Amino acid sequence: MARGRLGGKTGARNNDIRLNPGGRAINDDKLCELGDAIAEFVPDGASIVLGAALENAIPYAATHELIRQGRRDLNMIAPISDISTDMLIGAGCVAEVTGAWVGNVSGGMGHNYRRAAEHGQPHPIRIHDYSNFTIGMAFFAGAYGLPYVPVKSILGSDIVRSNPRIKLAENPFSDTPDPVALVPALKPDIAFLVVQRADRHGNSHIWGSTGLTQEASIAAEKIIVLADEIVAPEVIASDPSRVLIPGFGVNAVCHVPAANHPSMLIGRWKRDNAFFHDYHKETRDPAGFERWCDEWVRDVADHAAYRAKLGGQLEELRITGDAPSAPANYATD
Amino acid sequence: MSDYSTQELMIIAAAREIADGERIFVGMRLPITAYGVARLTHAPNAVGLFESGVARYAPAADMLYTMCDGPNQLGAAWTTGLIQIMGLLSGGRIHAGFIGGAEIDRFGNINTSYIGDTDAPTVKLPGSGGAPDIAAMAERLIVIINHQKHRLVERVGYITSPGYLDGGDARERAGLPGGGPAVVITDRAILRPHGPTNELHLAAVHPGHTVDEVVENTGWDLRSMPDVTDTPPPTEAELAALHQIDKEGFWRR
Repeated sequence: MARGRLGGKTGARNNDIRLNPGGRAINDDKLCELGDAIAEFVPDGASIVLGAALENAIPYAATHELIRQGRRDLNMIAPISDISTDMLIGAGCVAEVTGAWVGNVSGGMGHNYRRAAEHGQPHPIRIHDYSNFTIGMAFFAGAYGLPYVPVKSILGSDIVRSNPRIKLAENPFSDTPDPVALVPALKPDIAFLVVQRADRHGNSHIWGSTGLTQEASIAAEKIIVLADEIVAPEVIASDPSRVLIPGFGVNAVCHVPAANHPSMLIGRWKRDNAFFHDYHKETRDPAGFERWCDEWVRDVADHAAYRAKLGGQLEELRITGDAPSAPANYATD
Repeated sequence: MSDYSTQELMIIAAAREIADGERIFVGMRLPITAYGVARLTHAPNAVGLFESGVARYAPAADMLYTMCDGPNQLGAAWTTGLIQIMGLLSGGRIHAGFIGGAEIDRFGNINTSYIGDTDAPTVKLPGSGGAPDIAAMAERLIVIINHQKHRLVERVGYITSPGYLDGGDARERAGLPGGGPAVVITDRAILRPHGPTNELHLAAVHPGHTVDEVVENTGWDLRSMPDVTDTPPPTEAELAALHQIDKEGFWRR
């Protein structure tokens, strides 16, 4: 059973960990190899958010490393993580899925997800159904210490029946019948984020749409940042409004260019649409998935080797144009 | 009159459901093109919203594969988070939203989650995404689905996104703030809720299709509105707008 902390004592003092993440001081150098970060921070049975921006900035580099290190019984928590969740299910790493959508945004169905849900292959998974907004509000509650949030948006949906964590109630402030659905806080163990740039302390800049990245990260006990580029602290400090997550909440920073491949990263990498279609075709049966997983994950030493294997295909996805924002002036006098 | 594909007709029928000045939850694939056609024709002040955290005025200049693609973010009105955008829905500020589905029933309930038992499904569909939220909270819901007997069914086995539930005032009694399905656009016809039960009725038949054929391909005893019409074919202006957006002819095939 995965360990994901759900609801319960939201006032617990996990803040102690976050203010001194992993026993490190705020100004410590948190730069490390992704494989080392996963070895240190991700045990079997962990509840994990692998990107929560929806289709962009999905940390596939971490997906691959979790498979290579053979993690088991994970609880994957996300609104949508495209084929990342399907890969982990196929590789036998997953016991539970907590989310709104698992599939292949380009191809439709996720074959491994179907095999696990319909036939228990490679082993059964437990599915906790949410909608995008309700899982967002569950992260919000987890992030900000609320035991639950009342929502309207899944009333009438069978999600309230198939997910026993969600309870129906009446709005106590209304004089007339006013049903609400109560969604308990979700507090993942670890959130992985892809960011355009970060410094060695974990202070990170993200731009473009972010989905539930911020709420999921703040709700999580530990944060591992995968930075497309490592920059000097002064670069991040020059524009604090662009910081989604400050370094004092971050446990590890890994410099992994194109960690998002085959998803996109705004201003850095385009989406590799053909890769999603190929994955859909090649993973139709379990043997096909095994071949795919050997070729692209298990027989590839690390993400540098993955990038080298992609070669020119990756270079074609690199964004080389310029569409910079206007600078913001923070001067004080 | 130019030739057009069935999908192009569906896009244009969907575009006609968007009124000028409305805030529209767009989604992907066909509706995103419908939003673009509406903007370029009768609804130049519509605003498009995407649950990933994007609001746009003008539609994206390039073809999108996902709502998070760069062209949907470049020049956006707002790039932010999911709660900020879906919060507008929850706050009652969204006029209409688009969704699709694997199955829809007589009362407009939609299934995108499970075919068969939830514990041992025959088919595990990808799931809800943000569809239930849109179905629950948009003032009007616009549904796009292919018209086949196994898709338009008497009763869905799992309600992912609520329509009128058991019909009548069941939706209001369940506490749903949005108005529910206003229209179902298929590749054969247009259905709308009608009468006190809010059952979906045949409202219009696309050119080249017949009432009998539509009824034959519907999984419940489909009744007609008193004044069933023919879906008006695309105008030259609508087709010109569509071709301006769909440069690669993706929807013409």
